[in-house]
Amino acid sequence: MSTTKTRDVARPAPAKASSAKPRRGLRGSPTFNFWLFTGPFLIGLAIFVYAPILWSLWLSFFEARFTVTPDKFVGFENYKYMLTNDDFVGSLGTFTLFAAFIVPTTWALSLGLALLVNRLRFMRAFFRSVFFLPTACSYVAASLIWKMSIFSGVRFGLMNTILSWFGIENIAWLADPNPPWYWLVIVTARLWLQAGFYMILFIAALQNIPGELYEAAAIDGAKPGWQTFWYITLPQLRATSTAVILLLLVAAYQAFDEFFNLLSKTTWGRPPLVELYYKALGESQDYGSGSAGAVILTVLICAVTLLQGKFMGFGRGEESK
Amino acid sequence: MSALSNSNWDRRNVLRAAMGLAAAGGLAACGGNNGRGGGSGSGTNLTQYFHAYGEAGTEQAIKKYAKAYDKANVTTQWITSADFESKLFATLLTDNAPDLFEFHPQIQMVKSGQVADLTDILNPVKDDFNPADIQSHTVDGKIYGVRMIDDPQFFFYRKSMLEKAGVDVPTTLDELMEAAAKLTTGKVKGLYVGNDLHSVNDTLIWSAGAQHLNEKNEIAYHTDGVVEGLKKMRKLFTSGDLLLGAPTESWDPSSFNQGLCAIQFCGMWAMPAIQDALGDDWGVFPFPKVTDSGKQSVYNGGWSMFVNAKGKNVEAAKEYVKWLWIDQKEYQEEWATSFGFHIPPRTSIAEKATKLKSGNAAEGVRLFNEFGHFDNIGWTQAMRTAFEDVFANCVRKNMNPEAALDKCDAAVNRELKKLFG
Repeated sequence: MSTTKTRDVARPAPAKASSAKPRRGLRGSPTFNFWLFTGPFLIGLAIFVYAPILWSLWLSFFEARFTVTPDKFVGFENYKYMLTNDDFVGSLGTFTLFAAFIVPTTWALSLGLALLVNRLRFMRAFFRSVFFLPTACSYVAASLIWKMSIFSGVRFGLMNTILSWFGIENIAWLADPNPPWYWLVIVTARLWLQAGFYMILFIAALQNIPGELYEAAAIDGAKPGWQTFWYITLPQLRATSTAVILLLLVAAYQAFDEFFNLLSKTTWGRPPLVELYYKALGESQDYGSGSAGAVILTVLICAVTLLQGKFMGFGRGEESK
Repeated sequence: MSALSNSNWDRRNVLRAAMGLAAAGGLAACGGNNGRGGGSGSGTNLTQYFHAYGEAGTEQAIKKYAKAYDKANVTTQWITSADFESKLFATLLTDNAPDLFEFHPQIQMVKSGQVADLTDILNPVKDDFNPADIQSHTVDGKIYGVRMIDDPQFFFYRKSMLEKAGVDVPTTLDELMEAAAKLTTGKVKGLYVGNDLHSVNDTLIWSAGAQHLNEKNEIAYHTDGVVEGLKKMRKLFTSGDLLLGAPTESWDPSSFNQGLCAIQFCGMWAMPAIQDALGDDWGVFPFPKVTDSGKQSVYNGGWSMFVNAKGKNVEAAKEYVKWLWIDQKEYQEEWATSFGFHIPPRTSIAEKATKLKSGNAAEGVRLFNEFGHFDNIGWTQAMRTAFEDVFANCVRKNMNPEAALDKCDAAVNRELKKLFG
């Protein structure tokens, strides 16, 4: 005979939270926690980013030579000076072209590296680290290695040594602008320094693409390789690609370190920041004109970024899936 | 089981420990930055900025002098040469500005009240200084800096290479170009004047018979002679006889010492290093004359000590400058002749400097006296940059020299208008 024994099952104890009185004060407040964690960051941002930007805006309307607390208001005089300065305007044009080249190149290289590394079955972590390591290198250090070792203009520079094997004369890579070999030096340095970082972003995005998509595509007859990449991988990377291109654009306009160190005091290949440094800040101490140039540059970066966002649909990544 | 693993390191403890460490770090920092180690001195703290000299032992010497001073704690910041100007100018706008710093005489620093009047400490010994050094630091009768060293800059050449090529020491720019062509071989270039050529900007102007500014502080460099000189420099630049892309700039004698070039523009400071590397197989000559109406020239550069007029310890800083750069003649002689060679601006020290009395050093002093030109205090950093652009644009980039000079004129006139009205 089977008996059914009703077991006395102890009722679960009520959750502690339900019996405890709600915490009083701010510590339990999500708002407090939000400010606790973001507050220090925001304070830093306000002090070190927003205050200088506002100060710079203010300075741009004053004659601020050898001082950052000027008292002579000049209205838009500094803007007029910078916008009629062909070197500064020229640098903006040059760097729009530079951005138009370096952004897609870096995008393609980092995506290519990500695809290669992601496919690896062995030593993936090793190769990921190898490609990412240059990101940790200082732009200044890399520039000096490029300038003094790889692209030195003398016979024992690495590139000139290689060229000498083929009977080619030494090339002054950075000292002579005709032909403009300096772009080769700058572009290779920039690609080496940047590609690894964006590769990591693409690897993360690639690993988020559901495998079912590829399986479904295979069932539907899609050939692996170019077809799968074009119709599945690339569309799935749209949000990441947009963000990467945005970051690359801003980085291109904000370029300073490698140009300053590689080209020194030339009048060519000067990005806007280096141009501003020589023309209006730094040694010349014309902080009014420098600030006006900085505001113009900021407006330009914002405009290009917004245009790019509108064109590529920044923030619409989710909807596009 | 380790003690650590048994500890109850909750977030409060971690926070307390972090705050404790931060507080300890802050306290430690308060006591550290006097550069003296022993904590002696009157309690007045002074900071001085120096650009990083290339000669071994210079940093130690400056710190030794600072340590020997017993009326204040003097800290030295030794700043990489390429960053020196920008760091100095940026810091001068802040509360962390140095109390004293080395730089070149420039009027904008006087007009903006960045440098203190040092007339009172210099007046008693003014007659013992090179008059040109005093003049180049004077505005409206007040002297704003104490010259520490004079640095003549000229060409260094390899005697054996010139003899082998049958080349005489050039006295005109045309002869220099011919010499560079004859001296260029497979592995050696004839001439090196730096990768950007800026080291000869000033000497080109003087050797063309012109000046930077005239006595009324108007443009005086835009002459036919200078245009001619720029054209010749362009020809030289494209000749293939110029060393370009060297790992070190022209202020460093490495390219000359390593046999990368037969002639190099450099400063007298490099003489001991060149002597060590090449023995007696070298000589010096001034920048050759550009045109018939010109004259050979030497740039008498150098470094001077200034006191930050907006500093917290102006009087103490002046006292230190007087002690080191006026009273301590032994240190001044050591500073000028024991590392690289420089000419002491004090006549009494220069006369006793035995190391400068023979050989190429004596020749350097002769060129300094005979062909030397000093800084014009009205020629500011912004003007200097504008003229560097002339070299970049027309010599290296093939812009028309007249057009490049016109562009420079616009920039220089803007500066002149702001400085002199």
